[in-house]
Amino acid sequence: MAANSPIDYLPVILMFLVAAGFVVTTMVATHLLGPKRKTKIKLDSFECGIEPQGNARLPFSIKYFLVAILFVLFDVEVIFMYPWAVNFKELGGLGIIEMFSFVALLLVGFYYMIAKKALKWED
Amino acid sequence: MSKELTKRTKLEIAKSPEGLEGPGFFASKLEDVIGLARANSLWPLPFATSCCGIEFMATMASNYDLARFGSERLSFSPRQADMLMVMGTIAKKMGPTLRQVYEQMAEPKWVLSVGACASSGGIFDTYSVLQGIDRIIPVDVYVPGCPPRPEQIIEGILKIQELAKNESFRRRDSAEYKRMLNSYGME
Repeated sequence: MAANSPIDYLPVILMFLVAAGFVVTTMVATHLLGPKRKTKIKLDSFECGIEPQGNARLPFSIKYFLVAILFVLFDVEVIFMYPWAVNFKELGGLGIIEMFSFVALLLVGFYYMIAKKALKWED
Repeated sequence: MSKELTKRTKLEIAKSPEGLEGPGFFASKLEDVIGLARANSLWPLPFATSCCGIEFMATMASNYDLARFGSERLSFSPRQADMLMVMGTIAKKMGPTLRQVYEQMAEPKWVLSVGACASSGGIFDTYSVLQGIDRIIPVDVYVPGCPPRPEQIIEGILKIQELAKNESFRRRDSAEYKRMLNSYGME
């Protein structure tokens, strides 16, 4: 067998072309062949059969955003705890100290959050 | 029973439509091929409101396994569904919801009315229950029973498959179909 030349990879390009061609052809064909009935109700947003009320793109309270971000923060803390818990024995005393200092650091943030009344929903 | 079921491994392949056959080619009507494809990949939208819904769950589960008939993919949005399966009592308050779901389905669509309640109101001959869903939406196949066994539901789906297979390509654009929809107050 002679040395590989770029032309040996032509089948790969052909395969990509056929794959893309199949997708494009099927999509165009189904759009042309399939029956359509575009009524107002059909094009409305689907709300499990209930008539939609108002616009979905409403501004919502910034407090919700704050709570969500804080959730992510403390969620990550728990993620770090999993590998630590699995390797609890191997890591030994040093692991405990490290994890407790990590949690203590986050608890400072937690205290700050409480002190700032970030979780107080109503004014 | 289970032994028989596990022993049956013979696969049946859908019959090819009528056409001109020769060495290396096969020519048929596009309508037949599309019908074949549609019939064997009907995606159901389950609208289960009561006990017929439980029978439907049995129909989908491993013993009866609706996936054998190409309908394993349940669609809980009407956008991708082909077949609306109404299973259970439809109260008059539920009527507009059912109607909205039907109208939001994409063409072509079929409706299977499962059980006595959906088909006729059943034993609930009362002011609050819709006396059959065909009062608000067109129904293609009715499955009797209170509730019907999974075999009956599968039989109903096979009947819808027959309808899908033999449906004319232009049926959904025909004046007759439009008149039928208009009689239900739909466009």
